[in-house]
Amino acid sequence: MTELKTPLDEKAARGLKLGDTVYLSGDVITGRDEMHIRAIEYSRLGKPLPEGIEGSVLYHCGPIVVNDGNGWKAVAAGPTTSARMNSLEPEMIRRFGIRAIIGKGGMSEDVGKAMSEVGCVYLAAVGGTAVSLAESITKVHGPEWPDLGMAEAMWRFKIERMGPLIVAMDSKGNSLYEDVRSRLIKDI
Amino acid sequence: MIKLPEPIDQIVVNLLKAANTKLPSDIGWALEAAAGWETDPTARTQLGAIMDNVKKAEVLGRPMCQDTGMPAFYVKGRFDSSIAGLIKEGLKKATESIPLRPNSVDPITRKNPGDNLGEGMPVIHYIPTDDEFTEISVLIKGAGSENMTRLLMLNPSDGVEGIKRAVIDSVLDAGGRPCPPGIIGIGIGGTADLCIGMSKEALMLPLDHENSDPRLKDLEEELFVKLNSSGLGPMGLGGATTVLGVKIKTAYCHTASLPVAVSIGCWATRRAVARITDTNVEYSQGAQL
Repeated sequence: MTELKTPLDEKAARGLKLGDTVYLSGDVITGRDEMHIRAIEYSRLGKPLPEGIEGSVLYHCGPIVVNDGNGWKAVAAGPTTSARMNSLEPEMIRRFGIRAIIGKGGMSEDVGKAMSEVGCVYLAAVGGTAVSLAESITKVHGPEWPDLGMAEAMWRFKIERMGPLIVAMDSKGNSLYEDVRSRLIKDI
Repeated sequence: MIKLPEPIDQIVVNLLKAANTKLPSDIGWALEAAAGWETDPTARTQLGAIMDNVKKAEVLGRPMCQDTGMPAFYVKGRFDSSIAGLIKEGLKKATESIPLRPNSVDPITRKNPGDNLGEGMPVIHYIPTDDEFTEISVLIKGAGSENMTRLLMLNPSDGVEGIKRAVIDSVLDAGGRPCPPGIIGIGIGGTADLCIGMSKEALMLPLDHENSDPRLKDLEEELFVKLNSSGLGPMGLGGATTVLGVKIKTAYCHTASLPVAVSIGCWATRRAVARITDTNVEYSQGAQL
């Protein structure tokens, strides 16, 4: 088991081993389909971007948040299916130097290549464990781009020991999903 | 409409709250059993995290998963045309009070009205009967599993072997995306639309409900064993627990067709049922539609 703290540098990301269980503390940002599309578009056009994307830990998450008058709180905040962002993520990683992605279900070989180049890892959160993961969120800031809606907007979370997260794709091109897939027994 | 002990919109709020915060006990037992036989350390870690989350959601009264889905409603028994509006009202209220994530968007502009409604939403299926009750069931699953739904229009000559191939390939190709270990709802026969509908209705059945057709029961058991021997495991990261149950529904089909539909329910296949009479509302966690 590894305790990790943000900001992550390239060495820390490259040091993580496939199959390791990680608990993460520090800062993460959320981003799903629409946030990826907008961040890439604005960056290409040279338009100003919200702070905190560069070198970040990017959580594929569309949370349920409530504002009780004393600021936002996360009610439920589990991972979403990362594969939806397969076509957008390589550019996202290269453009913003993303150090880690938290999600579920894994990503494509092309994403793995960008991760190897930049020094980025994929941390698998347990799908559906939204209450436990929300409990590790101590502060919620945002939203950026609220017009995208609660799920698709970009939120900033302060987290304390978020996990268990499993290193499912490392920065050497290895993928636990691919290992499992290559060994699947498909007999009928 | 019969006289009701509680307004329908409030019953719908109760149903959505119950389904989202309390995992059906049959699924809970299946998860516990899986954790008992699982030897893969990554799989064990994940099953432990899931059970821990289920307990927290129930105690805190919070949705167990942030993806509170696009709820599917089934209305059975006696009802009149006012029920659609009352279900919409209940869903709108529940979205604010529980709260649920506003998931419903325009398919082209992707604009989100914020209340989980919009053209065609929510999906309500009607099953009128002569019973003296109104039964409202709700099925909730996230988009991760809904996006993995498959319809295969097989050739009749593909036969039972073709059906098994279609199911196994659908589940294994989906991999970790639908949040395994889940429940595999299978429709066999009917027309294309009926077949998909049956595969989803099958997910409303409690796992301990026994298929009355012995051939289908055998097929369910065979697919259960084969899928769990595949090695896919929880979240597609390896292990002996890929599915918690397999449920099949069938209908007659055209002599030239063999439709097969696969609806995958994530581990958090959320269901709740209210059977309403003029004196009582009885809540449960599954139904045979």
